[in-house]
Amino acid sequence: MPSLIEEKLTPAGVAAFAKHLRLTALRMVHEARSAHIGGSFSMAELLAALYGGILRVDPAKPAWSDRDRFILSKGHACAAFYAALAERGFFPKEWLETFYRDGGKLAGHATHTGVPGVEFSTGSLGHGLSVATGMALAGKRDGAPWRVFALLSDGECDEGSTWEPALFAPQHRLDNLIAIVDYNKIQSLGHTKDVIDLDPFADKWEAFGWAVREIDGHDPEQVIEALSAVPFEPGRPSCVIAHTVKGKGVSFMEDDLLWHYRNPSVEEYAAAVKELEAKP
Amino acid sequence: MRTAFLKTLEELAAEDGRINFLTGDLGFTVVEPFVKRFPKQFLNVGVAEQNMTGLASGMALTGKVVFTYSIANFPTLRCLEQIRNDACYHKANVKVVSVGGGLAYGALGSSHQATEDLAVMRALPGMTVVAPGDPVETAHATRAVAAHDGPCYLRLGKAGEPVVHDGPIDFRLGRALTVREGSDLTVISIGGMLKPCADAVAALAQEGIKVRLLSMHTLKPFDAEAVLKAVAETGGILTVEEHSAVGGLGSATAEVLARSGLRTHFRSVSLPDGFCREIGSHEHLRRFNGLTAHDIAKAVRDMCRRAN
Repeated sequence: MPSLIEEKLTPAGVAAFAKHLRLTALRMVHEARSAHIGGSFSMAELLAALYGGILRVDPAKPAWSDRDRFILSKGHACAAFYAALAERGFFPKEWLETFYRDGGKLAGHATHTGVPGVEFSTGSLGHGLSVATGMALAGKRDGAPWRVFALLSDGECDEGSTWEPALFAPQHRLDNLIAIVDYNKIQSLGHTKDVIDLDPFADKWEAFGWAVREIDGHDPEQVIEALSAVPFEPGRPSCVIAHTVKGKGVSFMEDDLLWHYRNPSVEEYAAAVKELEAKP
Repeated sequence: MRTAFLKTLEELAAEDGRINFLTGDLGFTVVEPFVKRFPKQFLNVGVAEQNMTGLASGMALTGKVVFTYSIANFPTLRCLEQIRNDACYHKANVKVVSVGGGLAYGALGSSHQATEDLAVMRALPGMTVVAPGDPVETAHATRAVAAHDGPCYLRLGKAGEPVVHDGPIDFRLGRALTVREGSDLTVISIGGMLKPCADAVAALAQEGIKVRLLSMHTLKPFDAEAVLKAVAETGGILTVEEHSAVGGLGSATAEVLARSGLRTHFRSVSLPDGFCREIGSHEHLRRFNGLTAHDIAKAVRDMCRRAN
């Protein structure tokens, strides 16, 4: 298979990379008998754009000091993340086969131990934005050129600890910080509007002092455009609210809470692969 | 101790640009000199300890050495998971500092009494836990935790603690300091109980009871060697801490003794496993809980009597 990493990001390229991430994550989750495929699918285009070219990273030098930092705060959806890192060349693709396995290389939540490219381990919700903010603050203090991206779930916006850095970052004019929320509207036990309604969501971030853009998180063009335009305003942190669909890409998984947990059976796996492969 | 800490931190900040000092909106009239000298190495993050700890971890992972500062349980229990996941798991150079360890904030009540902090911090993988005994130890401890690669917890008293060490000390993390030699029994102190212990040991000397006094300023890593040496050479151990009976110095010592298989006399003076519901000053609460020099001396006499 030719490389999915383009010289220059194109919508078609992001779509192709996202498709690859979905298929890879699906296979990983299916074979490992693990979960969280819905949240992997909802952020596939976001990850594809980030690792397809937005992030200034060098897989040959994962600790390069001027790299952009990326934190997957929704660490449970790590299958697609690991797939992106492997495709980018941070570690051998064979490692993906060890996901969630006894003695494997890749844990069931984003884990940095022994895994090049994972900047920060997550899994407990509401941690990522503070840490990203601390990195951004340190970068500002050092006059560093790099940026910090944190990809959050909507569910973790229930956590008070998400809103503490949300208050802090605008105060300190951290325009090198970008929060992306994968707003797929489903959390662990129900739809966000039924559990803790986040809307008006953009208004909240805006009121806290962030420069906010709302996009269709599955439209490669919009994703590329937004992530290429950061900071949206000098002196303000940027927030991208990506409206997405949990389980996006497989009709019977879309917007269904079940796929936060369920591991696809052999039949379901085959049907899902067929659907995904039929897409451009 | 607070004064010694801040003075030393200023020296460190002048020597090392990586040093950053974050406070959770506390330190009125005491942090100002630092702020004035090193505005770019200081930040008041607001009343948000979870964020403070996450920020500190993020900053540390870019190469900085970050002190987080607050009082009592706020920089520890309030943000425990951030300390565990963000700092400890990532081996980040985050130095958590709590002022007002034990009952130092006395009449402010249970919310401001840090009486389980040592146990909780000690349970965290990779955490170094330090509770200096006087201002002299505090200055050394501050330098030591800054130089140590990895997360540390520094439990301080408040201000105005008496100096116990009248000469230079050889302070090393994980090594108990021998404050006084003795052969009849060993008293092991942690944190601000050092002064009452020193007073008790001095009073006992007048009676002809020669007690060794160790300042166990580092609870983790624990100086098991000093404990076993004390057993061999003095025949018994009394631990003293202004902390719950669960999980602190007494527990750590008991673990060493039990594993050693040695037969010895062991007792601990500590707070009970409970909330202190009595109201009063630090001194009053120490008296109320049996944490005075008088109580310590009494326990030693009792142990010596039984041994004979």
